[in-house]
Amino acid sequence: MKRALPIFTVLLVLLIAIAASNPYFLEPPGFLAFLKRAAPLAILAAGQYFVIVAGEFDLSVGSLVTVEVVVAARLIDGDDSATWPVLALLIVIGLLVGLANGVITTALAVPSFITTLGMMLILSGAVFLWTGGAPRGALSEGFRAFGREELGPIPWSVLILLVVGAVAILLMRADFGRTLIAAGDNRRAASLSGVRVHRATIFAFAISGLSAAIAGILLGGFAGVSAQIGQGLEFQAITAVVLGGVVLGGGRGSVVAAMAGALTLEALFTLLNLHGISGALEFTVQGVIIIAAVAVGAVRLPFRPGASISPPMLKTKETP
Amino acid sequence: MKARPQAVQLRGGRVIAHLRDPAQAIYLALFAVLIIGWVLVTIDGGQFVTTENIVGIQQRSAALGIVAVGQTLAILAGSLDLSVAYLISLTSLVAAEAMTGGGMVPAIAVVLAVSALVGMVNGLVITKLKVHAFIATLGVALIIKGVVEHRYDGPAGDVTDSFQRLGYDRIGPVPVSALLWAGVAVAVWFLLRRTRLGYRIYAVGGDEEVARLSGVRTDRVVISAHVLCSICAGIAGLLLAARLGAGSPTVGTDGGYDLESIAAVVLGGTALAGGRGGVAGTVGGVLLLAVLDSIFNQLEVNSFFKDVVRGVVIVVAVAVYARRARERRTTA
Repeated sequence: MKRALPIFTVLLVLLIAIAASNPYFLEPPGFLAFLKRAAPLAILAAGQYFVIVAGEFDLSVGSLVTVEVVVAARLIDGDDSATWPVLALLIVIGLLVGLANGVITTALAVPSFITTLGMMLILSGAVFLWTGGAPRGALSEGFRAFGREELGPIPWSVLILLVVGAVAILLMRADFGRTLIAAGDNRRAASLSGVRVHRATIFAFAISGLSAAIAGILLGGFAGVSAQIGQGLEFQAITAVVLGGVVLGGGRGSVVAAMAGALTLEALFTLLNLHGISGALEFTVQGVIIIAAVAVGAVRLPFRPGASISPPMLKTKETP
Repeated sequence: MKARPQAVQLRGGRVIAHLRDPAQAIYLALFAVLIIGWVLVTIDGGQFVTTENIVGIQQRSAALGIVAVGQTLAILAGSLDLSVAYLISLTSLVAAEAMTGGGMVPAIAVVLAVSALVGMVNGLVITKLKVHAFIATLGVALIIKGVVEHRYDGPAGDVTDSFQRLGYDRIGPVPVSALLWAGVAVAVWFLLRRTRLGYRIYAVGGDEEVARLSGVRTDRVVISAHVLCSICAGIAGLLLAARLGAGSPTVGTDGGYDLESIAAVVLGGTALAGGRGGVAGTVGGVLLLAVLDSIFNQLEVNSFFKDVVRGVVIVVAVAVYARRARERRTTA
């Protein structure tokens, strides 16, 4: 939990800064609107956390989100009665893609960076091959409700975010979570002490795929259908997780902090917008802040000689 | 399981043969793809071996090739560079703008200086601030993106006529751009195989801690690798500016040079974790991607299908390398 502290401080400071220039933010509707906007990224970050803590990457989530939305639009095509079967199909697609990522990474010993990079190309190519280059069809009202409507005062997406967060915390407290952290910290030691590293890793990828499916459903409802809807989300999700103090290379960090990282990123966007730094320069500020935040986090780390998972280098661990 | 420092391995001939293995494999694959492509295109009623096509393959691969050679250095050193795509856009604009005001030579100098500076920042953030290369170069990429998109909406600047010849002139069937790529590749090959810095890049990528304990100043090596990687991206930016006749804020990202260059390097048999591989494989990887592209163009295959095949090829190739590496370990 010690590592997670800085991110909550930063998040709090950002939220106060937003509230200072926009008092509406302090009222429940204002804050809920913020959470609603942040929900897809926070859910993606939760999924990405499982993969990263196991020492892997998932670069395919951005194009998977696009696939989910485009597939939903074409299959539903405005027909409300198709909503639920398509939702089920989307979840299955997410799980299958994650499963494929996991199996290729573990059984074929392909570094996950490459597996998921290949998957990213395959997914975006395949979906537009199927629709002929541009998204077609339309989402139903029932489908869009998840992303943009409320249950009483609380948006659906916030409720879903809470459920995802709770499930993620429970998973990390269960045996599975310990297994995953052990696998990410030292794969060889974990496997020698009887941890089924491959199975845990595959499961982590499946969770990431599932989270991309849920994020896609929410984003499709929130923002509507477009071919660019998932663009760059993989980098945002990884950034969010790392902002939350989770170490690339695996073995440390908490899922709550990863989700807080996503909220921080979203709060940063909001704040930049409020202060008129919108458009392109937003990226520059974002870049500086990400580097600074991770650098500060790295300095706090106690020096551990011989730590192969120390942040500066990209080490994709080999499976034994 | 990590490769020992290259300097040690170079003394054993047998080990060299092993190291070159993936590079040989990629050239075999390239040869096979050429034959298959030739057969398919001929059946389709086209002609595969035409000057136009051969020139096209070289033209297509030159820019990616130069970036990928640079990326090889970063990856061999155990790092990676996600900022090259935006850096290419930036340097194409810098080149064109500087050429509008001044001459060709100062413009090239400015571009190389800017890219070296970006590489230096990448390297310093990674080594001194201890930020993971993935995040460091992603952050730098965002910074460049913001600056470029803030200042430019579309193509800008103008390159001199003589500079434009770099983009399209050719000597017989060999375009000048391909010669430039070959020059960069040979220079980096020489650096890796014949110089102290080259050996140290392998050593640091193989095991940073061991390299440090053996007296290598690992930070300097990583910074140098990043500076050279960025300079290669800058050269690619120059080439693209020459081809477009102007600078463009989207030329780097449209080409997908960041992830594509990493894919080409890995396709060429260089280990993503660093320390193993080389330039020869990367050149083969880039050529393989370009030949595939050319075959698909001739067969008029849907461009989305191309992406699917490309993704499959990359994953399958790396799976094959991983399998060979494992077999080698068990038989050794």
